[in-house]
Amino acid sequence: MSKKIRSAAPKAATDSTAEISLTINGEAITREVSTRRLLSDFLRHELGLTGTHVGCEHGVCGCCTVIIDGWAGRSCLTLAVQADGADIRTVESLAADDGTLHAVQQAFHECHALQCGFCTPGFLMSLVNYFERTPSPDLSEDGIRSVLAGNLCRCTGYQNIVAAVRRAAELLNVEGAKS
Amino acid sequence: MSTQMFGAPIPRNVDPRLLKGEGAYVDDIPLTGALHAAFLRSPFARARIVSIDVSAALAYPGVAAVYTCDNIGSLDMEMPLLVPHPCLIGARTQRPLARDEVFYVGQTIAMVVAVDRYTAEDAAALIDVDYEPLDVTVELEAAAAEGAHLVHPDVAGNIAADFTQTSGDPDAAFAKAEHFTKVSVRIERSTAAPMECRAVAARYDGATGELTVWDSTQGPIPIRGGLAAIFDIDEDKVRVIAPDVGGGFGQKVMLFYPDEVLVPNAAMELGAPVKYIEDRPENFLGSNQERTQVHELELAANKDGEVLGVRDTFLHDTGAFIPYGIAVAQVASTSIAGPYRIPNIWIKFQAIYTPTVPVSPYRGCGRPQACFAIERAMDKLADELGMDRIALRRKNMIRKDDFPYLREGLLFADGLAVRHDSGDYEGAIDMLEAHMDIAGFRAEQAAARKENRYLGFGLACYVEGTGLGPYEGAHIRIHPITGKVYVNTGLTTQGQGHETIFAQIVADQLGVAVTDVIVTEGDTLAYDWGAATYASRAAVVSGNAVYKTAVVVREQVLETASGMLEVAPIDLELENGEVRLKGFPERKVTLAEVATISNPLRYTFSESSKSAAQFASSAKHDRPPLDEGAHPGIEATDYYSPPCATWAYGGHAAIVEVDPELCTVKFLRYVCLHDCGRVINPMIVEGQIRGGLAQGIGGALYERIEYDEDGNPRNANFMDFLMPYATEVPEVEILHMETPSPLNPLGVKGVGEGGTIAVGACVASAIEDALQPFGIERLHEVPLTSNVLHAALDRAKAGGAP
Amino acid sequence: MKPPQFEYQRALTIEEAIAARAANDNTAILAGGQSLLPTLNFRLGAPDSLIDISRIPSLSQIEITDSEVKIGAMVRQRQVEIHDEINQANPLLRETLAHVAHLVIRNRGTVVGSLAHADAAAELPSVLLTCDGRVEVVGPNGARSIAADEFFRFHLTTALKPDELVTAACFPVLAPGTGWAFGEIARRRGDYAIAGVCVVLSVDSNGNCTSASLGACGIGSRPIRLHGAEKILVGSRLDEDAIAAAGDAAREAVETPDDTQASQAYRQQVLATLVRRNVVRAAARAGAPA
Repeated sequence: MSKKIRSAAPKAATDSTAEISLTINGEAITREVSTRRLLSDFLRHELGLTGTHVGCEHGVCGCCTVIIDGWAGRSCLTLAVQADGADIRTVESLAADDGTLHAVQQAFHECHALQCGFCTPGFLMSLVNYFERTPSPDLSEDGIRSVLAGNLCRCTGYQNIVAAVRRAAELLNVEGAKS
Repeated sequence: MSTQMFGAPIPRNVDPRLLKGEGAYVDDIPLTGALHAAFLRSPFARARIVSIDVSAALAYPGVAAVYTCDNIGSLDMEMPLLVPHPCLIGARTQRPLARDEVFYVGQTIAMVVAVDRYTAEDAAALIDVDYEPLDVTVELEAAAAEGAHLVHPDVAGNIAADFTQTSGDPDAAFAKAEHFTKVSVRIERSTAAPMECRAVAARYDGATGELTVWDSTQGPIPIRGGLAAIFDIDEDKVRVIAPDVGGGFGQKVMLFYPDEVLVPNAAMELGAPVKYIEDRPENFLGSNQERTQVHELELAANKDGEVLGVRDTFLHDTGAFIPYGIAVAQVASTSIAGPYRIPNIWIKFQAIYTPTVPVSPYRGCGRPQACFAIERAMDKLADELGMDRIALRRKNMIRKDDFPYLREGLLFADGLAVRHDSGDYEGAIDMLEAHMDIAGFRAEQAAARKENRYLGFGLACYVEGTGLGPYEGAHIRIHPITGKVYVNTGLTTQGQGHETIFAQIVADQLGVAVTDVIVTEGDTLAYDWGAATYASRAAVVSGNAVYKTAVVVREQVLETASGMLEVAPIDLELENGEVRLKGFPERKVTLAEVATISNPLRYTFSESSKSAAQFASSAKHDRPPLDEGAHPGIEATDYYSPPCATWAYGGHAAIVEVDPELCTVKFLRYVCLHDCGRVINPMIVEGQIRGGLAQGIGGALYERIEYDEDGNPRNANFMDFLMPYATEVPEVEILHMETPSPLNPLGVKGVGEGGTIAVGACVASAIEDALQPFGIERLHEVPLTSNVLHAALDRAKAGGAP
Repeated sequence: MKPPQFEYQRALTIEEAIAARAANDNTAILAGGQSLLPTLNFRLGAPDSLIDISRIPSLSQIEITDSEVKIGAMVRQRQVEIHDEINQANPLLRETLAHVAHLVIRNRGTVVGSLAHADAAAELPSVLLTCDGRVEVVGPNGARSIAADEFFRFHLTTALKPDELVTAACFPVLAPGTGWAFGEIARRRGDYAIAGVCVVLSVDSNGNCTSASLGACGIGSRPIRLHGAEKILVGSRLDEDAIAAAGDAAREAVETPDDTQASQAYRQQVLATLVRRNVVRAAARAGAPA
């Protein structure tokens, strides 16, 4: 085809914006964001932290879970402006700089607790936070499944994720975790 | 070789990347300056479009373009019919953007492209469409009945296809049988619901004329071919990449979805990359679904339980369009006799248009419906004849020495006659029975009933024709610098772990570590012959192609190394990335050196080049560096084309406890026995089974796509479409049997869908058994939600339970 | 699935929040956001302005007195769930919160937010109603207290005026010896209830039931007190017959007609069953003879 004249670039959108400063995975940043921008979109598309995934944007699937000021939360149900001043951790923060996997990541690998990997970062962040927050986690079948409920997975059927939670508890030396 | 990788449960190569958040799904691909697309979708199931006014949307700040059927040029067409079949009547496929009328809620009418998705959604809401709503008949049986409102005015009776197949002499069988059992069963609509919705991004390079498309698809090669044809560009100028894909389960093997042509078109027209990232409600409104069928099945048997024949007639809901032809219904119809000999079969179906989301295969593809119909009938027959349910099944199983067992006259989805190639069906049911300790359970059940606890045992057997052709291929090359092995295939992965099982196959042939085999899938630039990932075919078709290619490469390695070491190839062994003289492990060359020396044009950049130089004494001076017909490097391409499907099979058994007051179901045990031929990686096989099973649990107890009588979806979100969480899926015990397939060199069969097929039938069987003291009717529908169970119990009460 | 445009206002004091409320009659309070954000993402609501109250320090307070547990509007559900003193004062909250969505949602969702959202199938409103709790509200004309029964008007509708803000929820402390229970049936664990039942009762030393409060969610257009069941239980010995009669009496409280998730008859049966089972559990906790 003959070369076409390129279309004019669109006019800028008219969203109101605000400046926010926050710490992401230990790094302080300041950015101007649209006030309606979801934290999930902010992390992924403005910071390039694409390990946080988006699966439903209504809080049901859990793919977008990150740790906000020490508590796991849905980044799709949080506005970026709400995170002003917050300390945020994403899946990219888990492994050591030399690539050594976090105990929960390692357990997922050993137990084949992931297939397509799309839901995985959400499970990891929920679980990492659960172990941080819960000195004596309930490692019964029902206890583990209750903690996992809140994250949907369509590939694994969950059983290997349950096994990975037990394995992670072992790797983390959680009391009573030894199988 | 010291350790065989084939058969070993080794963890996956791909995991570390995915665990660290380094996966690259379509929406993760950084595309500078990308524009974002959103759709305006029909709010009516059927309507005439009187007018579309896009002026307000076009004027909205941040909008780059608004497309309707009027400004997409040659894309304003009906999209291709993927699987034609002579029985199709007026096959209809969708247009990328609706012209004049709409056929289901969610059909795409206009596409807005803007600076971001937020703005695109704002603008889409500003498009003013004037509709003239039309009457609809939504429910399958009503749509098939006389007087139904038509989806396509010129397709009478909403009948999209009408097809009958016969095997043996069913009329004679029914004439001489002593007992007849009839069931009517209904399976509801579900959806694949991959965690990653569909996604497409495209970039057009005006300088080179190259179009690059990232598509969360199971079939980038056909997408590439189609785009090249549609846009009239050379295939080599179109590259389609399916990067990491967050689940597919069949939904992503459909092509073309409207966005798959509209996004590349917009990228070419606007001179900027364009992205469309489907959101979750859109996945319910615009991405294909499957399952609704209503079967009327009759068995003709002798009083001793021998089933002589089956007649089944069913309605299949194909939604508003039929892009996949009769694939789903045909697979259902050819799976209807399950693992049983049943020599006489008559099966007829009609595919019916309804004003709903189009239907194409979702994991299981018609088999869960067929399995539900035949297995519920077998339970009923056993009860009517006073036989044990297991004994009845065993009596009718295809016997070990019956294989290969041909169902003459039944044509499978590959167009070939159904031919169960191998198995030990009786052995399987024996193993399952022993494992479940049925006698022990019956005692426990009786004791529990005395305490008003209701336990039930359920069972269902299934077969699955897997590994359909036409072919797949592989290209393998040993890298001269690192000695690592690169494998390219035309397949795609949505998380199944192909990259690891293919690496295992190659590692065994070439004596390298599994982690040193780098497999590339889903990129037409890397490899562009082949079909796609569907029909449980990856291990069978691609696995054997990879194997055959690796064997050729191994020969090349041995040949070259024998020249280097000046010994016969037969005296060499491959291990640890080296070729060694048997018994003299110090006499060896590395694969890197072999790969280096095999290229007459070498540079001395690398260690392997330098060390390979010592073997260069054989350099030729009297003839060309490459012999006639030879090629530089160690590499090969080969293909595998299966003669026909290879049949996997298995059985599921469950023990449930039902609370007859709250009508809730709790699994006490769930056991899956399966045989998928030789197992390449048991960990991955079990993962496939557990995942498939969880989807089966969804279909058995929770998931149902609901439409109201106007055709409005009522639960197009994850709050109301009840995909199971970890709390809803039972722990599953898996029993393996391994009967090699005689049809392919590796002896493997597919396992992708087996976990899903039998769950509905097994769960219904178990619940029915548990509630038997209440005198409930037979449970012949899924999903069996608490509400459905309550209604069944209520009817039993009203009818005067014993 | 992206929110529409809105103005974002961050209130640093209750006064600022009220002023922002008063300035526009189409505002929404943003606290935990676990109900509001889905509404916005689905574009089911289009407030002109969101008022973020998370930076108002006084709203994050928990106060426990002899008579009440007072939970500020920014207190997260999970904080309440794991709070041992709250659990001692009113153990219904921990038992109920285990049924409220999932852990990660409770990490950010607030107790007051759930009450103010007033979904008729939500668990916490039925607990506030059953316990005869109340909410504290501030508006341009000052503060007022609204009793639970008065507060919940209809599905997603409360007595809160557009220029007011709920600052706290007050759950009565359960007296020693009080029996209590919450239980529900949801389609999946963590979903909104098909029916949920909250029970608070007390028993005298003779085993006679001296008081009984029962409330339910999921059965009508708002949380509903089961007065019929209460009447039967009070004065009874909480014997099998009385409990069965209370369950049967509860059935007529179901207002929700047949829907695709549950028929009215199924809801009635779930309600009756939960009334029976939860009364049994509550009675045991009250120390009633089995």
